[in-house]
Amino acid sequence: MAWAGKVLRVNLTAGTCASEPLNMQWARDYIGQRGLATKYFVEEVDAKVDPLSPDNKIIWATGPLTGTMASTGGRYSVITKGALTGAIACSNSGGYWGAELKMAGWDMIIFEGKSAKPVYLVIENDKAELLDAAFIWGKSVWETEPAIKAKHQEPQMRVSSIGRAGETGCLYAAVVNDLHRAAGRSGVGTVMGSKNLKAIAVRGTKGVGNIRDFKAFMAATTAAKKVLHDNAVTGQGLPMYGTQVLMNVINTMGALPTRNHRDVQFDGAKDISAEAMHEPRKTDGKKNLVTNQACFGCTIACGRISKIDETHFTVQNRPQYWGASGGLEYEAAWALGAANGVNDLEALTFANFICNEHGMDPISFGATVGAVMELYDMGVLTKEQLGIDARYGSAEALAYFAELTCKGEGFGKEIAQGSKRLTAKYGHPDLSMSVKGQEFPAYDSRGIQGMGLAYATSNRGACHLRGYTVASEVLGIPVKTDPLVTEGKAGLVKAFQDATAVFDSAGVCVFTTFAWTLADLQPQLAAACSDEFTMDELGKIGERVWNMEREFNNRAGFTHKDDNLPKRLTTEPAKTGPAKGLVNGLDKMLPEYYQLRGWDPQGRPTKETKARLGL
Amino acid sequence: MRVTLKLYAMLRDHLPAEADGRRSAGNELPLDMAEGATVQTVIDRFNLPAKLVHLVLVNGVYVYPQARGAHALADNDELAIWPPIAGG
Repeated sequence: MAWAGKVLRVNLTAGTCASEPLNMQWARDYIGQRGLATKYFVEEVDAKVDPLSPDNKIIWATGPLTGTMASTGGRYSVITKGALTGAIACSNSGGYWGAELKMAGWDMIIFEGKSAKPVYLVIENDKAELLDAAFIWGKSVWETEPAIKAKHQEPQMRVSSIGRAGETGCLYAAVVNDLHRAAGRSGVGTVMGSKNLKAIAVRGTKGVGNIRDFKAFMAATTAAKKVLHDNAVTGQGLPMYGTQVLMNVINTMGALPTRNHRDVQFDGAKDISAEAMHEPRKTDGKKNLVTNQACFGCTIACGRISKIDETHFTVQNRPQYWGASGGLEYEAAWALGAANGVNDLEALTFANFICNEHGMDPISFGATVGAVMELYDMGVLTKEQLGIDARYGSAEALAYFAELTCKGEGFGKEIAQGSKRLTAKYGHPDLSMSVKGQEFPAYDSRGIQGMGLAYATSNRGACHLRGYTVASEVLGIPVKTDPLVTEGKAGLVKAFQDATAVFDSAGVCVFTTFAWTLADLQPQLAAACSDEFTMDELGKIGERVWNMEREFNNRAGFTHKDDNLPKRLTTEPAKTGPAKGLVNGLDKMLPEYYQLRGWDPQGRPTKETKARLGL
Repeated sequence: MRVTLKLYAMLRDHLPAEADGRRSAGNELPLDMAEGATVQTVIDRFNLPAKLVHLVLVNGVYVYPQARGAHALADNDELAIWPPIAGG
C-alpha cells in the first residue's frame, strides 16, 4: 500500500514531535492529501475556531501516489481553516517537497498550538525536531531555502516555508517550496506564520517502496503516461505554451475580467499572453520565457521559467531579480495584468517574482489592487493615501504595491487584508470581486456561466481549481458545452467538483485531467493502494470529500446565502464580446445544484445524503 | 469581404507573411474573401494542419468542427484558431 502509514504530530506550544500510525480506515474512505487530511482536520478542530488562534491546526499532507512512479506524483496540500476566508482551506503545490516528505516515510504532518518563538521543523527520515528560526525570521523564501540548506550542509534538503507576507499577517500569504512552487490560496501561509512556524525542511532517502502490486502499478503508470504523451494538450500545448496560452482565448470569447470586472475584454491581453512571452523583446532582443520546467515525476512540464529585462524600471540596479525564476502562469498574469489594466509583461513578471520571493498569492493580491484602482478612479482613495498615482494600467503602481504589501508597509498593510475587508472599510463592499472573502481567478462568469456556479459553491471561496468547467465550456474537455447558457451546468459543476476532489486526494496534479479521466487514475490507485478503489468507490469518495468540506463550512457559520456572487456579475451585463448583455444566471443554476447534491434548500446535506456517503 | 484571420500558439508558424496584397502583423492577417466563404474555406486556403485546428472562434463564438464547412463568414468577421491547448 502506497501510504507510508505514519503521521507526524507536532505540538508547537510544547515543542514536541510524535509519530503515530495513519488511520487506515480513513485512508480507505478518503484516499490521502486533500480528502484524508481534511478528515483529520474536521475531526480535531472546532469549526468556529479563529483561524489565527493557537487552537487552529494546519496540516501538510501527501497522497498515496506522491513520490511514486505515477506521472505528476509530487503533490502535497496544506489544509487548515483559511485566514482569508474562515472556510476550509486546502492549497495544493507541486515542486519536489511533497515527494521528499513521502520518501522520508511520512504521509502527513499535523501542527497544533503555537510556538512562543519562531521555529522551523527539520525532518531527516524518521528523525524530526523543532529548531530555533531566529536566523531566518524576517527573511524571504529566496533567502530562507539556501540558508537552511547551508546550515544543515544538505543541498538536497527540500524546504516549504513562508516569506515576509506570512510573518506580517498578509491574509493571503502563501506557503512556497522550491523557490517558486506554492500552496497559494486562502491564506494558509498566514496561519503558518501565526504559529511562529517559519519552515519545514525535509530530507528523505527511503523512497516509496510499499506499492501493493508493483507489476500492475508499473503497467498502469506506463499506460497513463502514454495517454498524457499522446494527448495534444498535455503532450504539446502545455509544455510549449503553459497555462498562459489561455489569455488570448478567454479574451477573445469575452470572459477576461478586466479592471476589477468592469469589462470582460482587455485590449492589452496580447501583450501579456503566452505568445508574448515567446517573442523577443524590443529592448534587449531576448525572450521573457527562458524554458519550461517540470515538478517531481511530471511528464507534462507546464511550468514557466522567465527572466526580466535587466533595464526594466522594476529591476534596474537590482541584480537579485536578474536571474531565471518562476514565470507567469495564466491566473497570476491575469490578476496582476488584466484585473488592473496593466499590459507591461516585465512588470507583471516582476510582481510575480515578488509574490514568490515573499510568499504571497498573486491572484488575491492582484485582484485587490484592481479594487484599489477602482476606488482611486472613483476618488474614494487618493494619491496621498496610497503614496502613488494608482490609475488603471499603471505598472509603476502595481510594482510599488507588490513590494509594500508583501512586507506589510504603508498602504500595503491594507491591501494585505484582501478586497473584502478593504472595500468594506472604504464604504464600497460591492466592489470586492470575491466569494466567501476570496478573490476570483481569471474567468468572468458572465461569459462562462458554469464558472459562476463553481465559484459560488466552491468550499474554499472563489476558485477555479475546485470545479474547472472552463475545460468543457471553453476547451471542449471532455465534451464541449455552450459557455453562454445555464442549462446543464449544475450537473457539470457537480461532476467536475467531485472528480477533482479525487485527483486532489491521490497525490497527482489536476492538470492530468486535461487528458485523464477517473478511468486512467483508478488502475494506478488500485495497484498502488487497494483494489477497493473501484470506479464506483472513487466517485463516491469525491462526493464524500465535497460534502465533508461543506459540512465544516456550515458548522463554521456559512449558509446558502454565502453561495453567492458580487452584485456586479448578476446585475451589470457584459459590455462587449459574445456575452454582451448577459449577467450570470446563478439563480437559475443553484436550486438544481442543491437538488443534485442531495442538499436541502438551505444548502445543508440531508440525512439521507450523509448516510449514503457514510458521513 | 474583409475578414481577419488570427492564428495562435504553434499555429502562428502557419501564418503567411502576406496574402491579398497585405502583410501580416503579429499573428493577424487581413484577408479579402469572396462572398459565401466559410470557416473551412480559410482553413483549406492556408493548409492549416487538421490536428492543429482545434479551437475555432468566429467573433469569439465557438464553431463546432462539423459546422466549419457551412459557417459562412461575414464582412469584418474575426476568425481565430488555436491548436489543442489548456490552462488554469
